[in-house]
Formats: sequence, C-alpha cells, structure tokens
Amino acid sequence: MKVIVDEAKCCGAGQCVLIAPEVFDQRDEDGIVVLLEPEPAEDRHSAVREAAAVCPGAAIQLAEGS
Amino acid sequence: MTVNDQVLSYPIPNDAALDPPAEWAELRARCPVAHVTLPSGDGATLLTRYEDVKQVLADPRFTRQLNAPDAARLSADGGGVFSSEMATIIPDSGEEHQHWRRLVGKWFTAKRMNAMRPAMIRIAEDLIDDMVKRGAPGDLRASLGFPLPVYVICDMLGVPAADRDRFSYWSDTLLNLTRYGKDEIEAAQGEFFQYMSDLVARKRAEPGDDLLSELIAVGGPEDGGLSDIQILVTGMALLVAGHETTANMIGKMVSMLLADRSRWERLLADPSLIRTTVEESLRFDANSGFGLPRYLNAETEVSGTVLPRGTTVVCSMAAANRDETAFENAAEMDLTRSPNPHLAFGSGAHSCLGQALARTELQVVLEVLLRRLPTLELAVPVEELERVEGLAVGGLREVPVRW
Repeated sequence: MKVIVDEAKCCGAGQCVLIAPEVFDQRDEDGIVVLLEPEPAEDRHSAVREAAAVCPGAAIQLAEGS
Repeated sequence: MTVNDQVLSYPIPNDAALDPPAEWAELRARCPVAHVTLPSGDGATLLTRYEDVKQVLADPRFTRQLNAPDAARLSADGGGVFSSEMATIIPDSGEEHQHWRRLVGKWFTAKRMNAMRPAMIRIAEDLIDDMVKRGAPGDLRASLGFPLPVYVICDMLGVPAADRDRFSYWSDTLLNLTRYGKDEIEAAQGEFFQYMSDLVARKRAEPGDDLLSELIAVGGPEDGGLSDIQILVTGMALLVAGHETTANMIGKMVSMLLADRSRWERLLADPSLIRTTVEESLRFDANSGFGLPRYLNAETEVSGTVLPRGTTVVCSMAAANRDETAFENAAEMDLTRSPNPHLAFGSGAHSCLGQALARTELQVVLEVLLRRLPTLELAVPVEELERVEGLAVGGLREVPVRW
C-alpha cells in the first residue's frame, strides 16, 4: 500500500492522526497533514483505509496492491 | 399527499426527540432537491441525499454569502448566525480563507487536543462530582453537557472563568433563529462585541498563553497575521461554535445510548468502542439542527435538477447521514461502525475547524461517565425528552438522569 496526501486539500481536521497516529501527523504551525509512513506496514492498513475514507477534505489517496 | 405536492416548512416539525421525521426517507427517495419555506417565509432548496450534501458542501460555487441581496433570509428578522455581519469579516473562500483557517487551525490539531485531555478529564470529573452531590435525579444537560465545552473553549481563548456564564446568553441569541426579536439580538451582539473588543485589548497589553494572545503576537495582515477586527470576530466565532454545538451533542449522545440501555452496557463491557460510538452518535443524531445553508453564485445541477444562480440551498447533514445508499442499516445505531464518513461536521474546505476538539470532548465525557456512573440511566421515559426549538443547533431541553 502506498499513501499519497494532498496538502492543498487538507483542512486540518485531524481525523487521520486520531485514527492512525503512526502514519499521519499534523504540522504544528498550521495543522496541515504530514505523512510519516508513505508505505505503512500491513497491520496498519485497516486504520489507514479508515482514515482515507473519513477524511473530510478527501486529501488521502491510497494505491493498493503491488 | 406526498412531499412532491406541497411546499414543506423547514425545519420540518418533529415531535420525537431522538428519531428522524418520516419526511426524510421520502425526500431522499422521491424528492432529493425539494422546495421548502424557511421561518422567514422565503423559499429555499433542501438537499437530503448523502452524495448531494457531500458534493455541495465541498463545492466552492455554493458560497456562504447568505447576506447577498437575493439570498433567502432564514428568520423573519434576517438575524441569526449565518447572515450576521460577523460572517463577512472572516474570509469566505480561496487563499484568504485558507490562510485564516491555517492560522487558527494550528490550535485545533489532534495532538493539541490529546494534550488537553487530562484537563478535560478533570473538568468532567469535577462537574460529575457536583451533580452527584446534588443528588439524583440530575439534569445532565445543565450539570455536564453545557458547562464542559464552555470551560474548555474559554480556557483556550484565555477568557476569565468568572465571565463564562455570559456567553450562554450571547451565543443563544446568535444561534436561536426564532426566539428573539431583532432589537434583543442586536443589543446582545453589541455587548458581546464590546466584551471581546475589551478582551483583545487586554491580551494585547498583557499577553497570556492562549489562542487570542498568540493570534495578536503573529502581527497584522502585513506580517501574515490577522487584522484587529478579524481577531475579534474569530474569538467570537470560536466561542459561539465551541459552545452550543458540543454542549447539545453531549446530552443527545448520552440520551441515545441510554434510550436503549443495551448500548450503554455494551460500552461498559468494552470501553474500546468509545471512539466509534462517538462517531456513530454524531451520524445518528436526528436532531442536529438547521443544517448548513449555502448561496449559489453560478447555475449548476444537483441530482439532475438545474439550480439557477441565486438559489439558497439548505444541506441537511442529519438526513444525509441516514441515507441507506451511503450507510448499511442506516436506521440502526451500530457502535462498531467503521469507517463512518458521516457529514455531521460538514465536508471539504469549510468542514468544522473544531472537530478534533468536539470529538475529544465527547470521548472524554463518555469515558468519565462510564467509569464514574456505570449505573447511569434516563430518569424519564425517552418519549418525554423534549427538543429545544428554534436553534440553529439542535438539542434537548433537559436530560434527566439517575445513577
């Protein structure tokens, strides 16, 4: 799984950080998403999928598979 | 008569405190772009489908310029939070809005909210102790739901504890669409404006460790900061937004969980469900209030209907959150639902700035209540719970509980 974030679409809601804190963070200066793990380990995939599904800015894209 | 043959009054009257009006399902199925009459008598277009509401809230052509000359007035006096002058001072769209959002948004990150958790837990515990001391039955709305979010947002903004109670009245006059007359609203707004103006002046003279002081410290627009009036209005907007919304949601969430006590027992047995339960409570809330109005500045199409420029659209997030095409078993409250992409906080660039704060407050309240008052139950039959009428934000008049 590859994770791509779009800073321009990010509205700083923080849902991704609350759901998958190992993969996502927010910049201290403006709350915009920081991607910590672009290729997260398998045990985090379900949390990452949930974070992408509920992102209010649709700022998280996932490329699944190989 | 079906919804196609009549013009509905909006908000749709509903006697049941926790259940949705029957009209929602019919509107979603047969009339997703419906003509409605607002309390002012003006016409607007109501959207109830998940996909439509989500699309419109994220579409910049649907603006927040509810003060446009041909926009529908929500209340007879044209007052209320959506059309107030306040709404025009904070940039509405584009880069300026994004700049404002990011300046303020840094205060509402998930990390900051987690850091505030211990303080929130203490506030919740103290308020629950006081309620227990007064004895059962107690009103959870007045004892816990209302004070907690006010204390938290006042602390963030650096508002002295002694001044907290005045905000209830001021924000009520802004958020209530029908209860107050124009003179009363204007007088309250004048007092609120003067209070915030004095507060900003005090913060400028003696900065503290709070949001307003830091916004001032950034400097004016030439330094990448906000103008004085923008700082002042931002403070007012955050106090209002951080107050009544979560306050009402606490009472509604606990009522929904106690209305079918097997839900409460399930949480007692497995507190790890608190996070998904909070999200499901937000989705399931059938009494979330007015919804979000938008003013259309270019002709567009929604669900096959052409909407002319100048249309005022009302997005019912609560109706959209019950859409069977978006949520399996949408009429069931499922404490494990995941993912739960509900629209309670809106969607897109304008989605609720304080949503991490609201989520954390709701999680903390539930966590502390389950721990301290596991025997909690409603002290009246659920049919006797009454809605607060006329608010832009929906709530319950009282939440009588015993333990």
